[in-house]
Order: sequence, then structure tokens, then C-alpha cells
Amino acid sequence: MVTIEIDGKSYETELGKTLIQVTDANSIDIPRFCYHKKLSVAANCRMCLVEVERAPKPMPACATPIMDGMKVWTRSTKALAAQKAVMEFLLINHPLDCPICDQGGECELQDIAVGYGKDTSRYQEGKRVVFDKNLGPLIATDMTRCIHCTRCVRFSQEISGIPEMGAPGRGEHTQIGPYIEKNITSELSGNMVDLCPVGALTSKPFRFSARAWEMQQRGTIAPHDVVGSNLSMHIRRNQVMRVAPCENEAINEVWISDRDRFSYEGLTASDRLTAPMIKKDGVWQETDWEHALAFAVDSFKGVINAHGNSAVGALGSPTATVEELYLLQKVMRGIGSQNIDHRLRQVDFSDQNEASLFPYLGQAITDLEQCDAALIIGSHLRKEQPLLNHRLRKATLRGAKVILVNPIDYEFNFQIAKKIITSPTAWVDNLAGIAKALLENKGILLPASVKTLLAEISPNENQRAMAQSLGTGEKRTVLLGHLATAHPQFAMIRTLAAIIAKLASANLGYLGEGNTSGAWLAGVLPHRSAGGVPVETEGLDAYTMLTQGMKGYVLLGLEPELDSWDGAAAKATLKKADFVISLSAYRTSAIENYADVMLPIALFAETSGTYVNGEGRWQSFNGVVNPPGEVRPAWKILRVLGNLFNIDGFDYISSDQVRDELHQQVGDKTANNRAAWQIPNALTSESAKGLQRITEIPIYSVDALVRRSSALQRTIDAKMTDGVHLNTHVATQAGLEVNGNTHVQVKQNGIQITLPIVLDDRVPNDGVLIYAGQIKNLELGAWHGQIELSAAT
Amino acid sequence: MSTRMSKPNASTILSEESCTGIDHWLTKYPSNQKQSAVMGALMVVQEANGGWLTTELMDAVADYLEMPPIAVYEVATFYSMYELKPVGKHKLCVCTNVSCMLRGSEDIVAHLEKELGIKFGETTSDKKFTLKEVECLGACGGAPMMQIGREYHENLTPEKMDEILAKLD
Repeated sequence: MVTIEIDGKSYETELGKTLIQVTDANSIDIPRFCYHKKLSVAANCRMCLVEVERAPKPMPACATPIMDGMKVWTRSTKALAAQKAVMEFLLINHPLDCPICDQGGECELQDIAVGYGKDTSRYQEGKRVVFDKNLGPLIATDMTRCIHCTRCVRFSQEISGIPEMGAPGRGEHTQIGPYIEKNITSELSGNMVDLCPVGALTSKPFRFSARAWEMQQRGTIAPHDVVGSNLSMHIRRNQVMRVAPCENEAINEVWISDRDRFSYEGLTASDRLTAPMIKKDGVWQETDWEHALAFAVDSFKGVINAHGNSAVGALGSPTATVEELYLLQKVMRGIGSQNIDHRLRQVDFSDQNEASLFPYLGQAITDLEQCDAALIIGSHLRKEQPLLNHRLRKATLRGAKVILVNPIDYEFNFQIAKKIITSPTAWVDNLAGIAKALLENKGILLPASVKTLLAEISPNENQRAMAQSLGTGEKRTVLLGHLATAHPQFAMIRTLAAIIAKLASANLGYLGEGNTSGAWLAGVLPHRSAGGVPVETEGLDAYTMLTQGMKGYVLLGLEPELDSWDGAAAKATLKKADFVISLSAYRTSAIENYADVMLPIALFAETSGTYVNGEGRWQSFNGVVNPPGEVRPAWKILRVLGNLFNIDGFDYISSDQVRDELHQQVGDKTANNRAAWQIPNALTSESAKGLQRITEIPIYSVDALVRRSSALQRTIDAKMTDGVHLNTHVATQAGLEVNGNTHVQVKQNGIQITLPIVLDDRVPNDGVLIYAGQIKNLELGAWHGQIELSAAT
Repeated sequence: MSTRMSKPNASTILSEESCTGIDHWLTKYPSNQKQSAVMGALMVVQEANGGWLTTELMDAVADYLEMPPIAVYEVATFYSMYELKPVGKHKLCVCTNVSCMLRGSEDIVAHLEKELGIKFGETTSDKKFTLKEVECLGACGGAPMMQIGREYHENLTPEKMDEILAKLD
């Protein structure tokens, strides 16, 4: 500890800090533009100049390390003069267009100019003009306002990890930007808007729609991934105008993904359902809540009376709140049905009884950046969980080794030590190889059954190298991604991942989606009720419900044709049902086609509730805007449904009571991914014949809200989901002329459609990539299967 | 044509000679710091392309040296010896920094502009001369000065300028 004196007061602090860190920690104001605590120190704006004893010139506080006995004056005549002079220089080329600037009123330059600048300008010469750059659908530019602080440049190099922004040119001719006309591809790009201290980079969807002082800021939690990022919503006249991050070092630090930032556009989508509707004689008509609910309950009771209570089932969205999910299963179990599920993108449920309490990340989010080695199985992590990817990226910058088993050679924003890229059919063999290589190296005591299981396996060189990389360092983790969960042999993959984790002394974790942890805890499962308590007679899982068919369905916040593993089957099966109640925020032709009642539900910013993130952290929030029209929060609708079905215990007054009830049922149970697994007797690997379908749920197709954000749908990530992606080798093999054919006929499971060809060298030789959750290729059905290609005529 | 999603590949864009030239620069630096050779590499590629750099060539250099394309653009736009547009056979780089300015570089520039009929950054219609303003080239002792090709010409006067221009074919 050392003592330094700032403005005549003494402060105790640690060596190795810079002056600005000490002043920030002690609430001493020092103006700055280029300094940001999460970025490297550039010291190029010179705004933070302060007077330091025995230093002949003022020193930049951001780049001056503290020393014992140092004396600093932040408001002395010398310091103030220096700050005033720097401010004058910064304003030389900055236009005085605050009244028409989107940043006006919340601008660091404006604020600091008022606090530290002169009242008049002496500058009479011409100002620099810089042409704007088109950075894509999310960020608007006004580059004449740029003061070259380089925060965006450092962000793109250091945080997003994809150096896209730079400072081409020299001196006065320097122009911040990507140099060539290009859309920013980072999934964290929106943070540049927050970082920009002036109005050079602003939010494109928000542009010119509100002023900072007209809006109120209210906090909530993001629903789209397992991070549960803390958000600040900016509200004007009951409308969400934009979203910004709320700092939480343990979860999202100071960042949020673009998905969390721009999905709010879906709140005001044109197909929003704003009044309850019922289908009478095939015609949809608006009605009031009383009639709609009575109609729903009477008809549903009719189905139960005719076919029994096991002929009905409920499916909930993993982005619903814990309260909604809990009440959904409580209603269903109240009427005697165990057919409840939220795992629409899963197909292998064979080991669900041995699963942990919820798909636990296996560690705290902050632990990911401390790991030394990580094996990722089946995840486009960068797009699937952008902020977890960011943590892992930090780990690799410290020297951690990340290895992958993936279907596509995804572009990561950090170094990948080793990888196996193959269609999912070959995963089991490859994981078994890695496990065997580890087993040969280590003498850890394992059940004999593991040895038996792996007896026939002889690992190849790459698998051995993977095993070796996984041995790096002390802290290791094995992460099962979304594509592993969706694998037809998920149980086998989970077993092998657990064996690998055990052998490598690694934490096994699941990446999950949205509020899956909450859904598991709430008991939206056919085999466990709330709090993870096993039920006596297991109900049907989501896949069975959507393929075998039920007589009645309750759907919560879902578009099953886009949200499930086999959208085509789901659509057809729902159509055959006698009665379908859809609690939905949107009115789509698909829902109109199969549903009989549509009950309008509030979306995530419109309702109070709780999300549980991947690490098991419960985060409750209040609604920040009132829902439009007759829309009601789903927990209230489900409460009334419970009452109308005459089920006891639906007397909640607030969503807090629902949460507390569930919380009590969960008690002090914790998730344990290390629990014993039933080791199967033999490895069953699919015999892969021909080309396999590889799929992925794209970043901006994960849920109904995101699918309706028009800005996100215009990004490259959303646009590349068209067509069938295949590499040049596969194209040639299939007899396609690489430069001739634009379309190809794709056949899967007897269904043939024509899709545009996208030559994509990330795709392996044994498969083609056809994205999931897309209306254009919905008919192809299942996420996995053999694909036949033939030239389109 | 079908849509294509792939990265630029240095080997298909850079000639064999260019690669050999870049490899020569690479030998001067540690193998894990390939980006150190970027200035030499850009020079090699620019000469092979008739004195200027295209975006594709800069991307190819980035790929070859395993660095982000934006970092190559930054270098190529920072230094005045790299050209991003086609230039004439002779590039006349006139220094207009303080020393040269005090010793009359403005007269030199005015003379050249009159003689050639072009302004800074422009090329004569016969593609023979390009006029370029540069920052200090470190020959203040002979101010005003200019660089043509690899040659420095010092203590310039309008008359001397005419002589030099006449000698250039």
C-alpha cells in the first residue's frame, strides 16, 4: 500500500494502478474521452491532464502510474488551463450541431465542454469534413463528429476480437472506420455505440426517435441466452426506445450482445396480437377475455372428457419466465397431465432421469475466463452465447487452449488450439477417441464399464492431440453446446463428455438456451415436477408430443414450426389436434391455421418475472412498459386458467408469490453435473450414409421476439441463413457446376425442395449446412438426416 | 453464379516473385512476428503492380502475413510511399514541410502545377507524371527538395526543375 495526495487529501492505494483508477475509485472527477476501464490505455485525447508535483508538464491521469508520496492537483490553475486548451483543440474540427445530433443531451463531449471548456470559440478557419461510412443496419455514423478517441478501434481489436475498425490515414487525414465499405460483423458491435463519447457512432434503429431527457431508465434482464445480461431499458411514453447494458461485473461486465440490445424492436412488430381471439366455425374473431377463457377452458375440458387427461399436453418456450413456466406445469399437473415440456429442440431424451437439476454451466460465468483448457462440443459459441464466448476469449488471451468438436469450421475470434470438424454423425466416434486417449494417459480410477465401453476404440493422431491439449493447466472445462443437445445421440454424447471431463479433471457444463435452467427448475418437464422432484408416471416429451400427436395442446410463447427440432412434423401434428390454446404475443398464419384460441401475452419487457441463468442465478425484474391493447402477462392468464379449471392454489396476487413458492420448492438443491452416469454397454454410432444434414439455429432466429427485430434481420448473420451451404468439393461431387448452377434440389426424408447454392468452405466434406428455424426450408423437417442433391432444372 | 463465402487467398493473388520478395523480408524478423514485414511486403507488391496497391492486394498481404486486413490498410494509408490509386510513370514527391516551405517549395509546386497542368494528387493525361505532396523526407539541408523514384533532388529552383523534367523520358 502506498499513500498519494490528490487535491490536498491523502489516499491509500495499491502500487501498479494508474492515477485515473484511483481518482475514479474515490469519486474525483477527471474528464476523459479515450480512457475506458475495459480497454487498453491510449492516452491520445489528452483530456485527463492533471498537475503532478515535480513533473514539468501536466500528465495524463490515464497513463500515469501512481508512486508513493505523489502529489496531484486535478483542479489547479495549471491543470485547468491544460484541460481548457485540450478542449479547445478537440472542438476545432467538431461541428457545433448538438441540436440535430442524436447524442445531444447525453454526450460526453458536450458535458465536458460545458464543464471544462471556454464559453466562446476563437477558431475561425475551415473545419474538417469526413464522409459517413455505412457500417450496416445497427450503427449509424456521422464521422465529422469523430474526435479520434479510438475507443471503437480498441474495442474491435480487444473486445470483439475481430479487428474491423481502424484509423486509416495520417494526421488530419485520419478517418476512423473500416476503410473499405463493409458491414460490421461482430455480434457485440452495438457496444461501440455506448463507447463513442460523441455522436459519431449512434444506434441506427433508435436514430432521431427520442431525446435522452425524455426517457426514463428502468432495469430488466435479457431473455435470449443463458447469460441473463442486465439491461437498462430507455422508455418514453410507455414505449421501449432502446436498450443499453447495465453494469454487472459477474454477468455481462459492461457489455451486451446485439441480440439483447436490438431485440426490443420485436415488441412493436406489426403482427403483434393485441386482443384475445377465438376460432368459431373456421373463422377467427376478436372477443373479450371472459369469453375467450371460458371458450378455451370449456373446449379443453371437452377434449379431456372425450380422450382422457393424458391426451393433452403443454409446451412452453425456454424464453418464458420462471413464473409463467411454473404456472403452466401447475395447471397441467392440476388437470392430471404429465405431458409438459420445453425442450423443443431436443430429440434424444433417453437419459433424462439421470440429468442434473438443471443444465448447469458447471461453473460461474467469471470462472470461464480463468480456465486453462476448454473442450467445446457442438456449439457456434460466438453466435450462440456471445458473452460466454467473450469470457473464453479472455481466457485464451491468457494462454488457455480451446479445442472444438463442431460440424462447421466456424470463425472464432480467438485462437483454436485443435479442432475436429465433421458432420454430427461422426461425433460419437471422435469423442470416444478423445476419451480413450485420455484413458491411456491417466490412471484415474473409473468404473470398469468405462474401460469396457472404450475397449474397441483406438484413437487417431488428431484425437490424441486433442486429449493432450485438454490436459493443459489446472482449470479445465468441457462445454456441451446447443448442437450437442439437439443431437439424435445426445445421451451417448453426454456420457462421453462426462467421461472426458472426469478423465481430464474438468468441469462439465451445458450452454443451454434462454431460460432453460428456469424451465427445469419450474418443472416444465414430463419426468420431473417443480424443484426437480421425479413424477410417478412420466409424461411425453416434446418430440413425441409434436410427432405422435395429442388431442389438445397448450402452447406458451411458441411458434413450434420454427422453434422445434422437426418444424414440418410439428406443424402437421398441431393441425390434426382437436383443440389448441396458443398463448402467444404474435398472430401468425401458422398459429391461425392450427390454433383454436389465441391469448395475447406480454413479452419480456412488459411483464414482471424471473430468469435463471446458466450458473443458476435467479434474477427477478419488473415490467418496464405496459403491454399494448388487451395483452396480459402470461402468469396472470395461467392463474385464471388454473382457477377456471378449479385447481387449488391459484390465488396469487403478484408474480413474486409465484416465484417464492417455486423458490421454496427448490430449496437448497443445487445442480451437480458430476452425478453418476449409467454407462451404456456398448457404443452405438450411427452408420453415416451419404451426405448428412448439418444445421444450426442462427443467432437471430432463436425466438419469436428476435425473429421480429427488423434491424437484426438485416445483418449479415441473419442474411446468410438462406440456401444450402456446401463446400466446393461436395458441389463438384454432386455434379454441380460451381459457377453454373445457382440453385440445387435438396431432398431429405422424401421431401424435395429447391434452394440457392452457397459455396461455403467452412462446411466439411460429409455434410451440407441448411439452417434451422427458417420458413424457406421448413418442409425439409428434421435437423438431422441424409441429404440428396441434384441439379435444379 | 452461386453465392460464395470464402476468404481471399494470398496464393492465388500474389505472384510467385512477390511471394519470394515478401519471404526475403520475413527472414529479417522473428517467425512469430510476421506482421513486422508489412512495409516491405507492401513495397514489393506495389512495385509488381505498376506502382499502386489495390484492396485485393492489401487483403492478400494481410492473409500472407496473418494479420487483420484493417491493420494493412492503416499502414498503406499512413505512409506516403504507398499509392492507392494508379500513378504515372514518374512520381514527383514534393516536400512542403517547414524547412522546404521556408526555402520556397511553394514556388516549386506552383511551377510544376503550371508546367504539368495538374494539381497535387493528380496524374497527367499521358500517364507520365504524378504530382504528390509529401511530408519531411529528412533532407532539410538541401531544401527545397523532392523525390522522383528512388532519387532525391535538392536545392530546387524552377529552372533546375525544368532541367530535371526534361531528362525524364
